[in-house]
Amino acid sequence: MTTREKNPSATAPAADPVRNHGSVFWAVSDCWNITRRTLTHYQRHPSAVVWQLGFPILSVLLYGYVFGSAMKVPGGGDYREFLMPGMFAMTMAMGFMNTAVAVVTDAAKGVVDRFRSMPMAPSAFASGRGAADLVVAAAELTILAVTALLMGWRADGGVMAGLGAFGLLLLLRFSLIWVGVWLGMLVPTPEAAGGLYAVAFPVTMISSTFVAPSLMPGWLGTIAAWNPISSTATATRDLFGNPVAGGDTWVEEHALLMAVVWPLVITLVFLPLAVRRFQRLSR
Amino acid sequence: MPMPKTGSGSASGYAVLAEGVVKRYRGRGKGGTEKRALDGFDLAVRPGTVHGLLGPNGAGKTTAVRVLATLLRYDAGRAEVAGLDVGREPRRVRSRIGLTGQYAAVDEGLTGRQNLEMFGRLFHLGNRRARQRAGELLDRFDLTEAADKGAKEYSGGMRRRLDLASSMILQPDVLFLDEPTTGLDPRGRGEVWDAVRALVAGGTTVLLTTQYLDEADRLASHITVIDRGRAIADDTPDALKNRVGGDRIEVVAADAGDLDAVARTVDRVAGGGLVVTDAATRRVHAQVADRVAALTEVARSLQDDAIAVEDIGLRRPSLDDVFLRLTGHGTAPEVEHRAAEHQDPGRRDPESHDTENHDSAEVAAA
Repeated sequence: MTTREKNPSATAPAADPVRNHGSVFWAVSDCWNITRRTLTHYQRHPSAVVWQLGFPILSVLLYGYVFGSAMKVPGGGDYREFLMPGMFAMTMAMGFMNTAVAVVTDAAKGVVDRFRSMPMAPSAFASGRGAADLVVAAAELTILAVTALLMGWRADGGVMAGLGAFGLLLLLRFSLIWVGVWLGMLVPTPEAAGGLYAVAFPVTMISSTFVAPSLMPGWLGTIAAWNPISSTATATRDLFGNPVAGGDTWVEEHALLMAVVWPLVITLVFLPLAVRRFQRLSR
Repeated sequence: MPMPKTGSGSASGYAVLAEGVVKRYRGRGKGGTEKRALDGFDLAVRPGTVHGLLGPNGAGKTTAVRVLATLLRYDAGRAEVAGLDVGREPRRVRSRIGLTGQYAAVDEGLTGRQNLEMFGRLFHLGNRRARQRAGELLDRFDLTEAADKGAKEYSGGMRRRLDLASSMILQPDVLFLDEPTTGLDPRGRGEVWDAVRALVAGGTTVLLTTQYLDEADRLASHITVIDRGRAIADDTPDALKNRVGGDRIEVVAADAGDLDAVARTVDRVAGGGLVVTDAATRRVHAQVADRVAALTEVARSLQDDAIAVEDIGLRRPSLDDVFLRLTGHGTAPEVEHRAAEHQDPGRRDPESHDTENHDSAEVAAA
């Protein structure tokens, strides 16, 4: 090991480069570097995406082929056509777990502290995380959609409607980034974050993902209909031109509206909570 | 307009300065008790030195480092790092410091090189400069061979070195090392010590917290002892040891049954000093005025009385003795550090039965 740098002034970078650009420039640049970090993780271990998609693909096989023949879609239509958009919505919804686990892992390993002790933009940790999660979510949706197409799923709603449907799915994922960041700062260890699955799983099940709420017992159907995942699932079914199985409640009739409103509400609640949680680290 | 990098840059001439710093933690729930993690903490670190911050568990070492490294806001007092006010200009302080916390804060999903390049870009070096700097640091910290392996596959010592390298990207004026060798094997500790010495030779000021007194003894030229959120002593390691007194004679009895007899002999020769008996290690020690005469006399009379001894010798007071004297209690991980002190340099044996606890060490009055 060399004992000293030959010429510290020549090799050591400038001490105060923060001044060379405006803060917006660095907020964007730092965000991109954090995004790039997560994408590099996937580049080094591409199989991680496949593992994450194992659950939805297995669910499609189980529900589509094992239970499928026993499932009925109110108003008629093919069950597998009904199932796929629900699967997309559920995958987006479960994505908050990826965010939470990544955040708590960084916090537990001291990486968050290192970032906070550096002259980078304080917002970059969360914004970069979120941007990376959206890129990964888009990749997941693409893989799922191709898988669905191979299984015979068809979207006949037109290109614009199809893109709109993917937009709604990503909007749901976006809003849940903040739930994930907030939970990631709340739970003490990555192991504890794993326990969130036990809560998340029923929440995603009590929705229109697999079964139309109108087929459930009254009270359960109401909860399922008001589940934000149901609104996104129903709206995307509509846009993809798949069987909708819409109920006659207000929330089901306004699925498209609610597929926009829900994510906005979730963002409005959890983004400030996540920011506050982050700021409380210095208290 | 970059500040001149003089290493201190401070009007006070200190690289780190804390005056009467108070940090309160509110207890959980309503009416929770308030805890003062720092309670009027003072610290002055000269540029270009390693300054040890020692104290028992919960004394406030980590809180002090987190406050100075801008991770925690303090409630009262004044704190300056590299001449900049920590409370008022945290962002500028951050471009002058490096922090290596209790865990190696590296991204295990990236290679060593990718880690350093990412941190370099986040230090706003730009792609090209970040790449170049990563190469320099990998070389300097002996990580070039493992540069393109995942950090997950690194040994504890390598991960620590990568962690240190990440803290050194901007060649900071002040480097905070919070228990940098906790959990490392002896080889890892040696590697980290070498790295720290090299950094200081390059002009960096280091504030080192540690629970291992031998570590502070080896690295630090100045030591502040902290207890209950306050600095209770501040001096060079030698001056601190002198404060406790001169040399000590130490006898390890071969048979625990002889301890009392050994203690009586040592007491007679030491003449008035406190004789400390530690039953767990069959060890008796006391301060002596004339070291050679005392050693000769104790050895002769033990032989005359036919008391078998396993070991007998003189030693300088350790920082452990300083600790006991200053705080009234020893360090928490007693086992580990005592073992390190009495075995090979840097060797640590967690299985050691040396469970001496100063709180309960019998003190035989003269």
